[in-house]
Amino acid sequence: MEILTTVLSWVFLACGAFFCLLGGIGLIRMPDFYTRMHAASVTETLGAGSLLLGLMLHAGFSLVTVKLAMIGVLIFLASPTASHALAKAALLSGLRPLLGKELSSREVPPSKR
Amino acid sequence: MVRPPVAVVALFVFWLLLSGMPVPFLVLSGLGCSIAVVLLAGRLNRVADECNPVRLVWAKLASYCPWLVKEIVLAAWDVSKRILNPRLPISPTLVEFCPSQKTDAALTIHANSITLTPGTISVEVEHGRFLVHALTEEGALSLAGSEMNRRCSELEDA
Repeated sequence: MEILTTVLSWVFLACGAFFCLLGGIGLIRMPDFYTRMHAASVTETLGAGSLLLGLMLHAGFSLVTVKLAMIGVLIFLASPTASHALAKAALLSGLRPLLGKELSSREVPPSKR
Repeated sequence: MVRPPVAVVALFVFWLLLSGMPVPFLVLSGLGCSIAVVLLAGRLNRVADECNPVRLVWAKLASYCPWLVKEIVLAAWDVSKRILNPRLPISPTLVEFCPSQKTDAALTIHANSITLTPGTISVEVEHGRFLVHALTEEGALSLAGSEMNRRCSELEDA
């Protein structure tokens, strides 16, 4: 049982690290501000979620787990609010999103960055 | 607005869980702080005159959360595959649609769920109008009349 939770917690920690890294890669690869936010949301949902779950399994039944759960609730309430505020502020200040399918086939030329 | 005694107990439990140290001084100061916060919050509410009770079907909310987690994992997996795809198959789309919720609480939950799901961000939120930025055209088109919309409407107290 001890071994099972340890292994499971490491699996979740590894997954969390992987998705955080993936969000970072997406942040660099995406062509504009709004699409970059989509990449970042992988980090803050799957990345942070798996890391918290892994840490909870690591801590077992203790106050630490309760605190980790509170952090999880906080992240899941605060991060969409922050993303929404960020996107709305960007749109209101006149940053037009890149739209359309033409993006899908080719990389954006460096001049447009 | 939660009844004041309930709020005091909830805040006190929150304090105890965060502190985790059963020292008399800390426990007593926690109790004092909980009472003070509820008293002050009551005064604030009277000033703001904005007693907006959150009316939701809590049983539906309990089944909504696991469903949302499943949706988030699926969507995050989809976005991850697109990030790793060398051709970067995205088609960013701004889409406007009409959510069917009436109450502020349900609209907020719907908008937050959209933003929480990787691949879609709610940019503007009003009664009867959401402006959403989606990473792909499919994601944008599936928003209006989605299952999320239906489930959020079920959360409302009829």
